[in-house]
Order: sequence, then structure tokens, then C-alpha cells
Amino acid sequence: MAKIIIPTPLRKFTDNQSSFQATANNVGAALSELTETYPGIKGHLYDDQGQVRQFIKVFVGEDDIKSLDNENTAVETATVISIVPAIAGGCC
Amino acid sequence: MADIIITENARKVILKDAEQTYPHECCGFFYGTDEDTRTVLEAIPVENTKEENRERRFEISAKDYLKAEQYADEKGLTLLGVYHSHPEHPAIPSEHDLRQALPYFSYIIVSVKKAKTVNVLSWKLNDQGRFAEEKVINQNNPFDVDVFLSSYQ
Repeated sequence: MAKIIIPTPLRKFTDNQSSFQATANNVGAALSELTETYPGIKGHLYDDQGQVRQFIKVFVGEDDIKSLDNENTAVETATVISIVPAIAGGCC
Repeated sequence: MADIIITENARKVILKDAEQTYPHECCGFFYGTDEDTRTVLEAIPVENTKEENRERRFEISAKDYLKAEQYADEKGLTLLGVYHSHPEHPAIPSEHDLRQALPYFSYIIVSVKKAKTVNVLSWKLNDQGRFAEEKVINQNNPFDVDVFLSSYQ
């Protein structure tokens, strides 16, 4: 089980819910539960190959899952998963 | 064109950051309410973590983004968007801005020339995934005693 924090810009795809309670025991399965419940968010999280999009990071607590076990990272009841969009740009 | 109200305190923070960070791009988040009209009540600068070309690029760390969401939650405010500056360029979003733009967020851009603000525009993605300009309304802070008194002088 884990709590997934939905970033503000994607809450329009989760009926304005700021979090989602997943019952899965790893990050990938938890995110799958989220996208099954709210299919509109899927295209913003995954690319056409089913990989997490380049401009999206997934954190467990304060750690990027890339520094853990990626989507196989285990989660527990108290685990908080955060979806973090990359913020960048520039004038030219 | 949708309206976005920027209160005086938030505007001051954004412009000060844009001018002091010149010739580099500044960046930060802003918070407020999202009802019929968006109202920006507070802006908070964050570090431009881009390691090079900061005069024409900005990047915000994932940890600062997480903090911004937590701050909004704690304050009971909505994270409304991201501001950044365009040193020596107009306040119009570039292809780089568009590439990583997110739905829902407002993007306030400050054009700065020679460390002075030229103008401030706000943009938001439309349903076609293109930037549409929002009409910026500058608002004095309610209950600002100095502003209240100055109107009688």
C-alpha cells in the first residue's frame, strides 16, 4: 500500500484529487492502479513505449526511484510516492 | 482571454528576483486561489539549477518542486504556476518553454533589459497544447495601510 501524491497540473485528470491510495506493493503496480482508476492521466505519465516520460520523475519519499529499484521499488503502507514533473525552459 | 490577478506583494517578489538575477534567468513558483479568476497571492523564488547558459535557460530541481507542492498544501493555497525571466528578450514563451509546459499551470514571464523590467505577461496552455495569453491584472494588496493612506495624499 502506498499514497501517491498527484502534482497540481495533473489533478484535472484525477477528478481534482490530490492523492491516491494504492494497494500495490511496488511503485510500478501502484502507478498502474492509478492509471486504471484515472485513464486520462496515463498519457501524461507514460510514453508510447510504456516507459515513464522523460519529463516526469517518480520519487519515493525524498528519493528518485532511479536511485532505488526503479518501478520495482517496494512500497509499504506509510510510503509516499510523488509524481514530479520536470520544470524548465528558457528564452531562446 | 482569461484573467490572472497578481497582487502587489507577489509582483514585487517576481520583479525583484528578475532584476536581481539579471543577466541570468530567474525562476520561482506562485501560489493563490483558482476560482473564476486566478489570483496570485504569493510568489517564492527558487534556484535556477541549470549549470550553464543560465542567461537563456532555467531549470528547477525535483526537490524544489516537491517543496512547492508541500508548501501549497500546508498553506491551503493552490500552486498556480511558474514564473521566469527572459533577459534581453520579450516576455513571450519560446519553443523551450513550450516543450516542457504543463497543463493547468500559468506561466508568468518577465522581460528584463539592462536589469530593468520591461513587461510582465502570463501564459497558459490551451486545449490544443499551445500557449494562450492571460490578461494580467495588477492589484494592490487589500488592507495595505500605506497604499490606503497614499490614495488620500
